[in-house]
Amino acid sequence: MNRIHKLTALLLAVLMAATLAACTGKDDAAANSSGGTLTVFAAASLKTSFTELAKMFEAQHPGTTVTLSFAGSSDLATQINQGAPADVFASADTRNMEILQEAGLVDGEPQIFATNTLAIAVPPGNPAGIRSFPDLAKPGTRLVQCAQQVPCGAAAAVIEQQTGTDLNPVSEENSVTDVLGKVISAEADAGLVYVTDLQSAAGRVEGVAFPEAADAVNSYPAAVLSNSRNSADARAFLELLGSPEGQQVLSDAGFGNGSGLSGST
Amino acid sequence: MAGRGFDVALTVGPRETVAVMGPNGAGKSTLLAVIAGLLRPDNGRAELNGRTLFDLSPGRSRWTPPHHRGTALLAQEPLLFPHLNTLENVAFGPRSAGVAKHQARADAVRWLAEVEAQELHDRRPAALSGGQAQRVAVARALAADPGLLLLDEPMAALDIHSAPLLRRLLKRVLADRPAIIITHDVLDALMLADRVVILEGGRISEEGPTREVLERPRSTFAAGLAGLNLIPGTLTRDGLRTTGGQTVAGHIEDPSPAGEGERAAVAVFPPSAVSVFLDDAHGSPRNYFEVTITDLEPHGDLIRVRAGSLAADITPAASADLGLAPGLPVHFVVKAMAVAIYPA
Amino acid sequence: MSRQAYSGIPRWIYAVAVLAALVVVLPLLAMVARVNWANFLPLVTSESALSALGLSLRTSAASTVLCILLGVPLALVLARGRFPLQGLLRSLVLLPLVLPPVVGGIALLYTFGRQGLLGSSLEVLGLQVAFSTTAVVLAQTFVALPFLVVSLEGALRTGGERYEAVAATLGASPGRVFRRVTLPLVLPGLASGAVLSFARSLGEFGATLTFAGSLQGVTRTLPLEIYLQRETDPDAAVALSLVLVAVAVAVVALAYRRPGGHAGRASTQRTTAAAAPVGNAA
Repeated sequence: MNRIHKLTALLLAVLMAATLAACTGKDDAAANSSGGTLTVFAAASLKTSFTELAKMFEAQHPGTTVTLSFAGSSDLATQINQGAPADVFASADTRNMEILQEAGLVDGEPQIFATNTLAIAVPPGNPAGIRSFPDLAKPGTRLVQCAQQVPCGAAAAVIEQQTGTDLNPVSEENSVTDVLGKVISAEADAGLVYVTDLQSAAGRVEGVAFPEAADAVNSYPAAVLSNSRNSADARAFLELLGSPEGQQVLSDAGFGNGSGLSGST
Repeated sequence: MAGRGFDVALTVGPRETVAVMGPNGAGKSTLLAVIAGLLRPDNGRAELNGRTLFDLSPGRSRWTPPHHRGTALLAQEPLLFPHLNTLENVAFGPRSAGVAKHQARADAVRWLAEVEAQELHDRRPAALSGGQAQRVAVARALAADPGLLLLDEPMAALDIHSAPLLRRLLKRVLADRPAIIITHDVLDALMLADRVVILEGGRISEEGPTREVLERPRSTFAAGLAGLNLIPGTLTRDGLRTTGGQTVAGHIEDPSPAGEGERAAVAVFPPSAVSVFLDDAHGSPRNYFEVTITDLEPHGDLIRVRAGSLAADITPAASADLGLAPGLPVHFVVKAMAVAIYPA
Repeated sequence: MSRQAYSGIPRWIYAVAVLAALVVVLPLLAMVARVNWANFLPLVTSESALSALGLSLRTSAASTVLCILLGVPLALVLARGRFPLQGLLRSLVLLPLVLPPVVGGIALLYTFGRQGLLGSSLEVLGLQVAFSTTAVVLAQTFVALPFLVVSLEGALRTGGERYEAVAATLGASPGRVFRRVTLPLVLPGLASGAVLSFARSLGEFGATLTFAGSLQGVTRTLPLEIYLQRETDPDAAVALSLVLVAVAVAVVALAYRRPGGHAGRASTQRTTAAAAPVGNAA
């Protein structure tokens, strides 16, 4: 019996130590940097560009560390709503930003720093011979797109309506990453993704641009959050987004220019 | 099964019941399992009614699975199928043989009547007593029309009221069919078996017609069964010479012709012929054994005094007179007349 | 005697057990507290919700049947067969329990996808697996099979082989023994395993999403529908989650009725049958 008691005590001690270590880890990291930390919540499609922008920001502001968190815009909005600590929120559509504005979590006015349009991605070799948007509606085409409830799907729905085309996808994914994945693996004949995704998956997919995409442009707003603990750095980050160098990084990734003010298209 | 040291040769006649007896671990259940096809021996062969059950002698490899052997096994536990009622249980054998449902039911009814269990036909096994379940198990085994019936201590789990019932039943149904029954009970052997086979350490140490084995046992185990004292040794002109060098005088049966050399023999005498003395006694030609008492136990009206492998039956009064107790060295004395000596 | 006077469980164990129960029940209660009861009925009877629920029930039922057909022989072989590498096979069969479902979905894709091991041949034959309801059933079967196999193997091991041996000596062929002795006696274990498989299939998400895709009426099961509704309508997501929980609870409760009910009685039958010869003197 004694042995079992000792083992249990040891196990509990180990578990507690591990939990404490996990909890305190974050604080240690914050204490280590001599400057501040900037936490940026950004939509998944901003991954490549924002990683570079973060490095740029850290170089311009020595001593500050930028922590990035990428996820679906609505996931991020929910997290911020539930109290997740963030300084900047960059969303893939205006709707999620409006949700936070209504909840009073946004400090000041959001600025549109980039736009994104849809494009068609096909597997290398374009096995189904897709050359235009109407081609997607050809019977027998395995088309994968985003569900309407997510921004890229909403854009596709608008284009469908404008052009009067009836698309019959075999799957409506929750994120554009999943759409891209199915095109890369050649499970799908074609997928509706963002122009920026074509860029990041260059070599693994081929792109087919289509003029009708201009009918639905996603505006990407960014804003400082009212619960921010580092609003100075947060505002500086937004300035970087609107600056020529920031815009260059974004357009290199395939984004369209931001209008700088909360407008819409 | 060389690993278990099992080496047995056995024949059973068409109407014969053979009792297999022996100490625990001797391999009795193994023997039945091998015959039934539930165990596969390293080598050997067996035949039933002209059909080979298995032939695993060197160079051959024939093995019939249990369901084609025509051997039915009845164990201590009735093992009636819990999800079927009594009638369905008994009908299981015929149904497995392909008999039509109504015919199988009719057979089952007949066999249930044979074992005097007709009124139990729609009960579930869980609702039967031990004795009832065992009777139904007998019916089930017989309904399968086996060429050989194998019984593994069928009475062992029954109480003293149910056992005699089953014994009478078995006497009736085993009368005309070949069967092998494993038992620890001498009464079973006497009532049911035509022949007895003693299995010790995976080998047959003695076999023969029941009466003969029990009246003239040649092995210690058989003697124990028969309730007799047995001393092994070699045959001499004067009697039996034990391994310890002592000569036991007695009535020699089948005397060997002179000059044949030494023959193994046994000296057998009943405990009732033994007197117990605390010291040397003199008298007509007697055999003396110096022994130490190991046990005293009641035996009917008498006290059985055990000393190692020998036993003496004396009256309680005599025992009290002598002040007998375990650990006391005493003399067992037997008249030569009471000792039978014959070849082992 | 119907009630046991003494249960022998230390009191502090009850306290820990209550804590354990809370770990499961508290989040459920938190979710129930968030349900928009005013809109509950319209939310759960919307076209997409009903379609998802129907699809979930149909595919889970199909995968449970498949699990039974495949799982019974596998469990039998693992419990009673004798062959080399038996232990290895058992470990492999339990793999889907450990594998993250998404990884399972990827593995299925590599097998049945267009360029997969079997998928390429199937494509040639004109059979498309990916993006079909078949894919959903396959994904569910993959993750749910171990539940049935483990449950059934346990029951088979506990039951022992004595009844099968007796049946064989009575002249029943192995096939007959399986149908008339093994299966009926192991039915309670099979039933509980099937219920576990059904519940697991119902909740399957990761493998389905990766392998089958998500399309209303074809592959969008209830978990996938909840995942999608989360993006725009949290109220709908919570309401549908409640529906899923209710269905699962109903299924499990139906199958695991209190001891003394169907499941309890059948499992005690074997023990009483064996004890009868010993206990009949009383």
